[in-house]
This record gives sequence, structure tokens and C-alpha cells, in this order.
Amino acid sequence: MSTSLLLFLVFVAITLVITYFAARRTKTTAEFYSAGRSITGFQNGWAIAGDYMSAASFLGISGLIAFFGYDGFMYSVGWLVAYLTVLLLVAEPLRNTGKYTMADVLAFRLHNKTVRGVAAISTLAVSLFYMIAQMVGAGSLVSLLIPQFSFNTAIVLVGALMVVYVIFGGMLATTWVQIIKAVLLMTGTILLSLLVLAHFNFSIGAFFDAIANVKGTIKDAAGTVVATKDFTQPGLLYNGKWGALGLISLGVALIFGTAGLPHILVRFYTVPTAKAARTSVVWAMILIGAFYIMTTFLGFGAATLVGKANIGVHVTGAKAAAFIAEHPDDAAKLNEALTTNGYIVPAPNNNLAAPLLAGKLGGDIFLSFIAAVAFATILAVVAGLTIASSSAFAHDVWVNIVRHGQVSQGDEVQVARIAAGVIGVLAILLAIALKTLNVAFLVGLAFAVAASANVPAILLTLYWKRFNTTGTIVGMLVGLVASLVLIAMSPAVMGVDAPTVVVRHLIQAKAIFPLDNPAIVSVPLGFLAAIVAALLTSDPEAEGSFHELTVRANTGLGAEA
Amino acid sequence: MATNISTPAPPQGSEPNWTAIERSADFKALVSAKMRFIIPATIVFVCYYFALPILVGYAPDLMQHKVIGSINLAYLFALSEFAMAWIVMGLYVRRARDFDVQEKHVLDEVKSGALR
Repeated sequence: MSTSLLLFLVFVAITLVITYFAARRTKTTAEFYSAGRSITGFQNGWAIAGDYMSAASFLGISGLIAFFGYDGFMYSVGWLVAYLTVLLLVAEPLRNTGKYTMADVLAFRLHNKTVRGVAAISTLAVSLFYMIAQMVGAGSLVSLLIPQFSFNTAIVLVGALMVVYVIFGGMLATTWVQIIKAVLLMTGTILLSLLVLAHFNFSIGAFFDAIANVKGTIKDAAGTVVATKDFTQPGLLYNGKWGALGLISLGVALIFGTAGLPHILVRFYTVPTAKAARTSVVWAMILIGAFYIMTTFLGFGAATLVGKANIGVHVTGAKAAAFIAEHPDDAAKLNEALTTNGYIVPAPNNNLAAPLLAGKLGGDIFLSFIAAVAFATILAVVAGLTIASSSAFAHDVWVNIVRHGQVSQGDEVQVARIAAGVIGVLAILLAIALKTLNVAFLVGLAFAVAASANVPAILLTLYWKRFNTTGTIVGMLVGLVASLVLIAMSPAVMGVDAPTVVVRHLIQAKAIFPLDNPAIVSVPLGFLAAIVAALLTSDPEAEGSFHELTVRANTGLGAEA
Repeated sequence: MATNISTPAPPQGSEPNWTAIERSADFKALVSAKMRFIIPATIVFVCYYFALPILVGYAPDLMQHKVIGSINLAYLFALSEFAMAWIVMGLYVRRARDFDVQEKHVLDEVKSGALR
């Protein structure tokens, strides 16, 4: 048995024991959705860090920096600064006014079912997009790191585990899985950073000299090299006519989107008070900031010590290698092989930068440890997404819309458990169906929808007296549709791939909208639509309920305990 | 349970008088103290944050100017964003202790029955 597999099994065993004990304390709705509000601010800070630092950030960022240098680090910056929006504007009032879901806050002022429905749809959309991206990533990654698992096995395993955590252990088990993952991830990242620094005799100067020696090229549409830059210089990822705007649009999505991610927002219901919610953001910001600063060592370390060429194409399995040698440019045959063998990843996989760096500096045992951390990372995030989306279905759609609130606590928890199972199966099937598509855009889409649909509605509900039902519904729908349509027309979804490319663009045509991330257009549209729609309609009841909302939000009076 | 649409409106008297609390001097002072911090802090952090992608995107030559050895302005500016985030966080936490005291005043007043 390989070390990776062993470490992975140890992690699974520990989390299942936690789930067993959590299950005994998960009976009521408050226990299932929000761990009985028994989590401390400090614990919740670790759990938020565990919920937030996904495979996309741990492996994706390291990979982006390893492939494109400085531009990759721009993501790291945005992912921390985003928490200021959460800290200053959202966390405490949300804890004071909501109960279990994001929709609780949005539907607060008019108890309107349409508002709740739209908010639930948005929650489900954001969570599912995010989950599928994580699962497809998990499939290719885990099958490479733990060779005993094929692509499909890895996805089924990840899906089954997340469903078990949520169904049996609810929010309590999810929280502890996230805390353990955050501890593992921080440990692994600190060790890896120290190894990189040790390699340069702890001289930051020497490290940056080495980075400046790594070169990358910028090519035009025809593939001609137009510029060469070193890895400390910006521009290797975001360049050309739309480069600067692309960078700014990404920034908009990151710093506004985080405050609208339902799986992050529901974490604030797990603590007893708004003050504890504040403490949780503080701990989360300390951990998340420290982590993203260390991506400097992970990403640039991989760029200097492993090298882009060695992170590129990875094919495992003797059969797969032989097959590719025989049919180097037959995409259809490659797809077929991917389905039957499951573990061919012929496209460059920059997710492997961090694990390969670990192997290079710390040997096979350390590589195995980082591989297990990667698996833990994915599991903790998908479990958080599963509980957020099953809560939205059970609490918002089923209980409050379909059954008009006439459901016993026991039945509500039962419905949430069934929803978690259905969402899990759905995510597994979608991830397997979409495995040959480039799904990286789904993470961007999740952030764009969160920033354009959820955040305007949340902020205006909490802070603007004149805001009302029409504003919420129109704003959310416009933000949602604008994000979806613009992403569908963007280079993230549209592109013409050479016939040999296996992981393909969804739409094989030239992109209509120039930016990968639509936030710079869709976020202002979401705000504008919400404000204009609210101003065009008069809603005295919604204005009246602002008194109650603002008193609750600012004092915690009558908050769910 | 305001969020549960099935709950019938509680009888007058058991529910706090939200309007009276909102109009009380202590509550107004709490909200305006919060806004006096939160609004400028938000403007500062958003402007400081976007200065980075704007400068990196539109003035790459300035940003790739090497400052210490091979470390350039772009990287130092990016690092300063982390410092900025933690400083704004620290300032907020410090100010929020005052908000907590003011919040307690409001809640004491509600408990004493002065805001019926």
C-alpha cells in the first residue's frame, strides 16, 4: 500500500469517527444546519479557513504562479482582502438577523416567498458550480496522486464521503472536518515553505534572484512570441488589449464575491453571537493571509525548483502511456481511453505544482503527505458546499415555500438529509459527465454570481431603508443572468481547440465577450438593477420592517440563540 | 422568529418596540459611530486594493522596477495589501469594542423597559 493511500485512509478514519460522535448531537434543525450554534469564534475561524481554501486556491494558485509567475499571486491578494468586505459589512449583521440560510436575511423584511425562492436558486447555483469544479479537479488530481484510484473512483469516493459527513454529522461534523483540514493544510504549507527557503539558505534575496531567472513568453493570437518576461514581472497571464481590465474584473469578483458565497455565510450561524462571528473572521483572516503569503514559496518554489516543463503533461499507467504513443493525435480515442482507464491526463495539469515541489524537496513521504492534504482540502470544501445547498433546499424551498412552514423539526432535518444525498449523487454524475470539459470557469462563475446576484441584495437589504422585494428579486435575477450569459460568451467557455486537445472548451467558437471574468460588468449591473427596481416601486411594508431589521442587526436583540 | 413565515405575529408587548429603539438617542449614536468607521474604512480598503490591479495592468513598467535586489515594486505592493488588510482588521476590532459598550447601553435601556 502506498504512503499516500495510507495517510488518506487515516484521514478518512478520523473524520468518520468525528462524524459518528457528531451524529449523536445532530437531531434538531439548529443542530443540523448550524451545529447548535456551539462553535467558538476561534474554532469557526479555522473552519472558515478550511471551508474557503479550496483545491482551487491551494493547488490552483501554486500552479498559476508556477506557470505564469507574478500574475498568479494577484489571486492570493484578492482572496484575503475579500474578507474585509465580510468583516466590515456582512458577518455581524448576518449573524444577528438570519437563522440558517442566506435567504433568511434576504427574506427578512417581507417574508416574501419569491425572494426566498430566488435566493435559494442562487445558493444552489453557486454551490453546485463550485462543487462540480472541485469534484472534477478532485477526480484528475486524486487519481494521479493516489494511483490506486481511477478518475471515477476518486469522484465517487469524494462524493460519498461528503454525503456521509453531512447526512450523519450535519454542520458539526462538517465543521470539524474543515478544522482538521485547515490544520493539515497550514502544517503542510509551512513545512513546504521552510523547505523552499532552506534550499536558498534562508536568503529571500537569493530566492528572488532565482525567480527573476525563470522566463516566460507572451504570445499573440497567431502564436508568435511578442515579449519575454521574467517571473517576478507582471503580464505573463493577463496581457494584451484586455489584460488590465481582466485583472481588475477578477479583483471585483474576488473581493465582492466572497461575501456572497452561501457556504461561507452559513458558517456565521454556527457561533453563538455576533461578537463570536467577528472573532471568527479575525482568526480566518490571520490564517488565510498567512497561507496566501506562503503561496509565494509554493508557487515560485515550484517555478524555480521544479520548472514548468516538469509540471506539464502527466500520463500514468502503462496502458495509457502505450495508448498515447500509438494514437498521439486522436482525440476521440483519447476520450475513450479516459473513460475506460480513467487516469490519463494528457493536458498540462498545473494543479500538480505543489505536490511535485513537495516530492522534490521532501521526498516521497512528504509528497504523500501533501497528496493527502490535497484530498482533505477537497473533502472539507465539498462538505461545506453540500450542507449549504441542502439547507437552502430543505429550509428555504421545502419548508418555507412548499409547506408554508408547516413542518416538524424532525421532518425538516429528514428532508435536509435526503437533499444532501440527492445533491451528492447529482454532483457525482455531473462531475463524471463533464470530466473532459474545461470546468475551471465554474469557480469564476460561482464567484461572479455570488458577487453580482447575492452581494447587492445582501448589502442593500441590510443598509438601505428604501430597498424592497421588487429590488431584491430583479437585482438577483439580473445579476444571475448577466453572470451566466457573459461567462457563456467569454473565453472561459468559448474557444476553438485543436483536435488533439482532450480537455475542451464547452463551446467551440470564438469568444464574444473578451474577459474571462464578467464581474466588472455584472456586479454594477446587479447593483443598478436592484436599486432602480426598488426606486420604481413603493413598498411601505418593506420600509417599515427596516426598523426591526436595523435594530436586530446592530444590537443582536432577538437573534437566534 | 421573524424568519419563519409560519410563526403568527406575537401579541403586542412581548415583542420589543423596534421603532422606539431605532429612534432612541443611544441607538442612533451606535449606528452613526459604526458608520463613521465602516464607510471610510471600506472606501480606503477598496481604493487601496484596486490600486494594485490598476497599476499592474496599466503601468507594468513602473511596477516591475526592482527595489531590493530582484524584488520589484509589484511584489512589494502586493505584500503591502496583506499588511493593509490586517491593519484595517486590527483597527476595526479595536473600534468595535466601543460599539459593544454602546450596544450594551441600548440593550440595558430595552431591558429596563424605557423603550416600550
